[in-house]
Amino acid sequence: MRLSPDEMIFWQYGLFKLNATIAFTWGLMFIMAVGSKLITSKLSTDLTRSRWQNLLEIIVTAIEKQIEDVGLKNPKNYIGFLGTLFLFVAMATLCTIIPGYEPPTASLSTTVALALCVLVAVPLFGIEDQGMAGYLKSYIEPTVIMLPFNIISEISRTLALAVRLFGNMMSGAMIIGILLTITPFIFPIVMTALGLLTGMVQAYIFSILAAVYIAAATRVRNPEAESVPNLDT
Amino acid sequence: MDSMTIIAVASIIVAGITTSFGCMGPALAEGRAVATALTALAQQPDASATITRTLFVGLAMIESTAIYCFVVSMILIFANPFWNHVIAQIAGK
Repeated sequence: MRLSPDEMIFWQYGLFKLNATIAFTWGLMFIMAVGSKLITSKLSTDLTRSRWQNLLEIIVTAIEKQIEDVGLKNPKNYIGFLGTLFLFVAMATLCTIIPGYEPPTASLSTTVALALCVLVAVPLFGIEDQGMAGYLKSYIEPTVIMLPFNIISEISRTLALAVRLFGNMMSGAMIIGILLTITPFIFPIVMTALGLLTGMVQAYIFSILAAVYIAAATRVRNPEAESVPNLDT
Repeated sequence: MDSMTIIAVASIIVAGITTSFGCMGPALAEGRAVATALTALAQQPDASATITRTLFVGLAMIESTAIYCFVVSMILIFANPFWNHVIAQIAGK
């Protein structure tokens, strides 16, 4: 019973293994990078635009609005990181329609790598926004006794991100595999559709949680800088 | 019973119990979460976008505990280090 695409090895030379995870990850990166480069090579700003440009604009504005809703004031600073997280995980899930494809996020290596990116990005954004002293002071809030607990919570959040995504993707692939052996073909098809749905939800959850962690690290703490709600609409 | 049998029996039984508790707890919690979210939606339909998004984030956090139990069950059944160790010992003899 295959637990992850790490075990499908295409080519091996000594210590270096080209397994399905690496191959499919690079395939996804290639498709997304080349596709977006082609679409954005001829951008038009008048009323008529190609449908692909329209699609990209819809996606980008939707992600920007979501980032702003979470509480990050300047979404353009963060959309590079958060948008990439969402698009990579979503694309990795959507391509399960293609036969013979295994989502690279079904391997613990990929999800831990993505979670480590978030672990590194949260302090980076926090320090960029509040300075080193301001960010380090946030670990001592509300009292000094909370310092070890704040550190532990950082690590456990990262672990939870990785295992959540891995568990969802791996369980989808495994249920389909098990059902294929015992039921008529209609049930694995239905489970594949369910796997698509949960994959998209997990992509959204991953990026929204990363946005919430970044927002928690960059929120302004001095009370005079809090914006007063505008009462005249 | 020798140690090999004990390891196999314990792994199988505990894998089943892990999955069953891992499905019951989060299901109850998610039911409560959705019920409360529906009440809030009924009282304030304007905030439906925020409520829906927060509901999904909360459901994902609850679901992740179920996923932890599932992963532990899978490890017990398919990637059990104690079983692999015992099998390697038997094969080595």
